[in-house]
Amino acid sequence: MKIVVCIKQVPDTNEVRLDPVKGTLIREGVPSIMNPDDKSALEAALRLKDEYGAEVTCISMGPPQADAVLREAFAMGADRGILVSDRAFGGADTWATSSTLAGAIRKLDYDLIITGRQAIDGDTAQVGPEISEHLGIPCVSYAEEIKLVDDAVEVKRQYEDSYHIVRAKLPCLITALSELNQPRYMTPGGIFAAYREKEVDIWGRADIDVEDENIGLGGSPTRVAKSFPKSLKEAGVTIQKDVDESVQFIVDKLKEQYIL
Amino acid sequence: MDLEAYKGVFTFAEQVDGNLTPVSLELLGIASDLAESLREQVTAVLLGKQVQDLAPGLIAAGADRVIVVDDPELEIYRTEPYTQAICAVIEAYKPEIFLVGATAIGRDLGPRVAGRVHTGLTADCTKLEICELEDGSKQFQMTRPAFGGNLMATILCPDFRPQMATVRPGVMVRKVADPDRKGEIVNFDAKLEKNNCYVDVLEVVKSAHNKVDIQDAKVLVSGGRGVGDPKNFAMLQELADVLGGEVSASRAVVDAGWQGKERQVGQTGKTVRPNLYIAVGISGAIQHLAGMEESDYIIAINKDPDAPIFKVADVGVVGDLNKIVPALTEAIKAEQAKK
Repeated sequence: MKIVVCIKQVPDTNEVRLDPVKGTLIREGVPSIMNPDDKSALEAALRLKDEYGAEVTCISMGPPQADAVLREAFAMGADRGILVSDRAFGGADTWATSSTLAGAIRKLDYDLIITGRQAIDGDTAQVGPEISEHLGIPCVSYAEEIKLVDDAVEVKRQYEDSYHIVRAKLPCLITALSELNQPRYMTPGGIFAAYREKEVDIWGRADIDVEDENIGLGGSPTRVAKSFPKSLKEAGVTIQKDVDESVQFIVDKLKEQYIL
Repeated sequence: MDLEAYKGVFTFAEQVDGNLTPVSLELLGIASDLAESLREQVTAVLLGKQVQDLAPGLIAAGADRVIVVDDPELEIYRTEPYTQAICAVIEAYKPEIFLVGATAIGRDLGPRVAGRVHTGLTADCTKLEICELEDGSKQFQMTRPAFGGNLMATILCPDFRPQMATVRPGVMVRKVADPDRKGEIVNFDAKLEKNNCYVDVLEVVKSAHNKVDIQDAKVLVSGGRGVGDPKNFAMLQELADVLGGEVSASRAVVDAGWQGKERQVGQTGKTVRPNLYIAVGISGAIQHLAGMEESDYIIAINKDPDAPIFKVADVGVVGDLNKIVPALTEAIKAEQAKK
């Protein structure tokens, strides 16, 4: 069984702060991490490997420093790491990103592809399903549990107020929720091997199977017209008084608003 | 691509078990505004098995036309037959704009459709508008939170059609339903074809917990980590009860297992805009603010005077929530008794 896991290196958006004066993002000092949903995707693949035996290949698209998340994946137990990296891929939206990754995956043997549901920097949840569309395979999103049954997977697929048990024939693509599992830690031996014994394969433009018009900024149907900090509304009144006065203050305001 | 051939604002009318999801009606609200700016029409696309009865409700909510694809294969949501049906409608009717709710269904269907018809899709939009450019042409602008809610980005899809967006539930405002509105109902055969992408749904399980929809509540009393103990939520519930509201929670509280995921407000939870939002012991991470700052009136109670929640609150009270919340509940009861 061959499993491909798609991993993105992301800035830890929980660590991002706004400059209180300028209202702009403070990006310096923000650590880069393996996207949390993708880590659950990798853990799911490693559990299938533990249970049934599998070769787990991790693939990431990004700048050269994204090498670090593939080393982390090695240290958790991944067998192979591919970094899809080329200036030609830069500026890609979800459409161009997914067609580039699909172009790389076409070069591999695979039975199952697992991606995270969404990345914390973009939050689109689009790249996984779009990869499956480009490859012409079924997609099961929002997986909470994955079981292998014969030549198919049975997935507990989350909805707002229910779940479905979905059976999909292999090869297929699954997007993983962080609820799926608790990812394992890297082992010391694994960390050592990740840097001393294993190599990340670097794939450039020539190594992947995709048309020029479907990659990078030029292959992206969407354009970012502008981005801007969120305008917080005018601050209201904040008081620090004893309990009775505080309560009376709130009640008066609720009356002013005709809520009481 | 002949961009001029694409006309009209289309929405996906999502139904589950024969009930329209709330965002389907919200989409018709914003679609009506966009169509008015473009001087075009609103079409709702309704998929399912024996769902024609839902069409008049869509017309009342703002659709000028409802395209119904009725097929047994569409009874329960599955990615492939739904994608085939929507793509067939796009092929036949050539919409200029196609809106989908950013639900667990829409966020799966949207990218699959955009991938197949080769167009751009902007995720989880919170604002959609038509802007008139200097040359008189009209541009569809889609704005969404990015970077974990830290930034807003305005996205365009200039050269591909339809221009697609998923829209966060709870953000757009539905129109008051008008049962006298006139509209056309069209039955459409999507000529679905079984292929390798069809999956089998073996089991459908409804969640056991009581179904609450915090997005429908007029008043929310929302608790954060500062509430300190899951038992203290009883106190928040009492306050919510006297105000006829519901209890909601921050991500920290849901992650700790104190409240169910269905009550979570924020970037990874639900977006809410109640008339009154009382934030109790919530510091106000940007991800939380992204889900509640559009509330009409915000009261924050927190012991930390520097908590970011006070920046968006209309009324902030610095103090001990364990004392203030029960006292406030009693004071409100006393006020209500006067009437």
